Amino acid sequence: MAMVKLTIDGEEVEVAAGSTVLQACEQVGREIPRFCYHERLSIAGNCRMCLVELERAPKPIASCAYPVADGMVVRTDSEMVRQARRGVMEFLLINHPLDCPICDQGGECDLQDQSFAYGMDHSRYAEEKRAVKDKYLGPLVKTVMTRCIQCTRCVRFATEIAGVPELGATARGENLEITTYVEKALTSELSGNLIDICPVGALTSKPYAFVSRPWELSKIDSVDVLDALGTPIRIDARGSDVLRVLPRSDDTLNEEWLSDKSRFAIDGLKRRRLDRPWVRRNGKLEPASWSEAFSAIAQRVPGARIGAVAGDLCDAESILALKDLLGNLDSDRVECRQKGESLDLSRREFYLFNSGVAGIDEADALLLIGCHPRHEAPVLNARIRRRWVESGLPVGTIGVVPSDLTYPATELGQSAAALLGLHGSGSVFGQVLRAAQRPMIVVGQGALLRDDGAAILASAWALADKVGALKPDWNGFNVLHTAASRVGALDLGFVSSGGIHSMLDDGVDFLWLLGADELDFAGIGRRTFVVYQGHHGDRGAARGDVILPGAAYTEKAGTYVNTEGRVQQGFGAVVPPGEAREDWRILRAFSEFVGRRLPYDDIDSLRRRLFEVNPVFARQGLSRFGITDRRGPEGDGRAIHDSALTPAIHDYYRTDAISRASATMAECSRIYAQPMPAAAE
Amino acid sequence: MSRGTVKQPEEVPSAFAFDLESEAEIVRVLACYPEGRQASGVLPLLYIAQTQMRRQTGSGWLPRVALDAIAGRLGVAPIRVYEVATFYSMFNTEPVGKYHLQICTTTPCWLRGSDAVVAACRRVTGIEGWHETSPDGLFTMTEVECLGACVNAPVLQINDNYYEDLDGARTEALLRDLQSGGTLPPAGTTVERLNSAPEGGMTTLLDVTG
Repeated sequence: MAMVKLTIDGEEVEVAAGSTVLQACEQVGREIPRFCYHERLSIAGNCRMCLVELERAPKPIASCAYPVADGMVVRTDSEMVRQARRGVMEFLLINHPLDCPICDQGGECDLQDQSFAYGMDHSRYAEEKRAVKDKYLGPLVKTVMTRCIQCTRCVRFATEIAGVPELGATARGENLEITTYVEKALTSELSGNLIDICPVGALTSKPYAFVSRPWELSKIDSVDVLDALGTPIRIDARGSDVLRVLPRSDDTLNEEWLSDKSRFAIDGLKRRRLDRPWVRRNGKLEPASWSEAFSAIAQRVPGARIGAVAGDLCDAESILALKDLLGNLDSDRVECRQKGESLDLSRREFYLFNSGVAGIDEADALLLIGCHPRHEAPVLNARIRRRWVESGLPVGTIGVVPSDLTYPATELGQSAAALLGLHGSGSVFGQVLRAAQRPMIVVGQGALLRDDGAAILASAWALADKVGALKPDWNGFNVLHTAASRVGALDLGFVSSGGIHSMLDDGVDFLWLLGADELDFAGIGRRTFVVYQGHHGDRGAARGDVILPGAAYTEKAGTYVNTEGRVQQGFGAVVPPGEAREDWRILRAFSEFVGRRLPYDDIDSLRRRLFEVNPVFARQGLSRFGITDRRGPEGDGRAIHDSALTPAIHDYYRTDAISRASATMAECSRIYAQPMPAAAE
Repeated sequence: MSRGTVKQPEEVPSAFAFDLESEAEIVRVLACYPEGRQASGVLPLLYIAQTQMRRQTGSGWLPRVALDAIAGRLGVAPIRVYEVATFYSMFNTEPVGKYHLQICTTTPCWLRGSDAVVAACRRVTGIEGWHETSPDGLFTMTEVECLGACVNAPVLQINDNYYEDLDGARTEALLRDLQSGGTLPPAGTTVERLNSAPEGGMTTLLDVTG
């Protein structure tokens, strides 16, 4: 890469040609104030806050938009620079209201922070300030448009990252406004990120309005569990309340984005919670104490054929504790594939998103099979979109595409049988995959939920092999999960042969549901005794005979393995409500109650057991790998039926016990998930 | 901003389709742009649509459905067309009267008597504010910045025509004629001169022949 040498504040620095002066300044640790510049968006250069002095230039330059050149001499802290930035700040504040005391951005506002350095102590502006009507952007983003400084970050985010070009700047000069022009909610699953990128208080969180100040919050690192991407999050809590969830940055995973469900479903953590044990007596659930609940369960243990199902939001620790408990009770009937997904567990490659999310940046062809990433993993979808923007990534889909993917895709057929067509040499998209250096094939849960799921999986692997996606330095075969707990549970072998259907049909008469709310409850025998251990009074609790109140993901330390196979640990931010307890502790306590004590007394010894059961848990993070053993999963591609592949998620905003309990998500669902009328124009 | 007349719901069309005349014009215009760069034709298309609206409804403005039709034709997001249409004062995003009076009040026109032109317009049309339409729907008055014809100031633009070198009396006569059903006279100066040449004939370079 060609390098360029320049001098910044007397310090010589070498940067890649094509960098901007601002990037060069950052490289030597100079902090350049900015509003419109955002490293993940295109350069606008309209706020003028990043002015620096360039020797022999007649006036200060906007460093964010100025390319570096050899021999430049830049000063970032001269009197001229300070004077220029003060001037810019004065202009920005002309129309900005002095309403910081009632503004939700207060305390974490770029404008507030930077006016400390460059603002005047009083205003010289005596004329009338402008006022702008607030805009409706949907149930998640609140607008106070008078505060807008027109940096256009939101316009660029919506257009470039979210792929929903619905925001724009209308009129001009004094009358310029950021608007959708038509009163309508933004149709993006990433709209919450607008709140993060807005440098002022123009776009703030609607559900969080007037709730708290940033300095009142304790900030705890955790991992999102509302999709299988495992987005790193920061939980902001005050006392026993989780008030906000914000993304943390990880360039190899979410960059700095977070999906709307993960950000806004948290009001569901306060509703429909199970905060005490319940026992069903004469067909009716009645409140009980822990020891009553435990003895009600213990009575049913002797002679019972016990089965256990792990739900979508569980941490690996509690899944392992449940497996060990069942082992102590002499049962191995455990299952995590609640809906009977076909997955081959003989090798980890058969159920992981092997290319890694960062691998999308290298992909040069992509095939989606029964997968709608916009709903199943919105942040991953944004990454695919970015790859398309950068390189024109060709994308093909097999199956029903329920909404615009935000990038163009070739529909290869709604039927699963279209997959077979790609194997032949006559298929145009098959040729595209073959010609690609780094082809990616993604199998979604929509494909695996069918009874020919194994056949689709095997056929997809065979296709990956045929098109050269399985190489020592590249593994282009991917499974996109939708459940945060799934890969961890599979890594722990929390499955039994025949899957959930044969487990239920086989006549278990005692079923322990660990947060399992998605299975087919009609399939459970009427006489089966059901223990529901979980945090929400959702579908599972309704069927439970004994209910044990567990902890939600914000209330416990837990290990989660995302769809890539990345092991991540989260910390508990608050304590579980009422008598609810961390799930592994409940299982540990019950094991002692029935005299089959589990051999761990604290989370560290449980984690040591985790590492012992599967060493992958000992290695946090992700190392990407290619593949040399190209033998595929079991299944016969010829068994694929010729019927439409339907997506796994029908309503993005209501997929699990937490989001179903959330009023915010219910509102989103009402607004967005209505059956779309046929396109108007 | 006050409005003289409230926009009637029936004035806002629920659909817009280019007519044959516009279609022919669009084909001609878009051919000027290189393949794949047709989105750059948004300005001429806005003008074509506004002209069609005036032809069809007597009010040269751009309802949202027209902007959507342009976005569809150019394959861009509707918001990109809304941005352009609202940026330029030449495009009206609200209904205007049959005659859209755009009066320049920038310094040169003001010095040369635009106040009298404004007063004459108000007297004839009965409009008090700006951006208002007269009750008979004939006139809309808009104050505009420099129209670029300072040499013939003061200037009044009516629809696509410039009327120059106006004073109060000539403005009033012009508008009274329109009010009583007359048609727009030829554009240009309203005094005895050729384009921007001196009034009453040449005053310099008299010895130059040929």
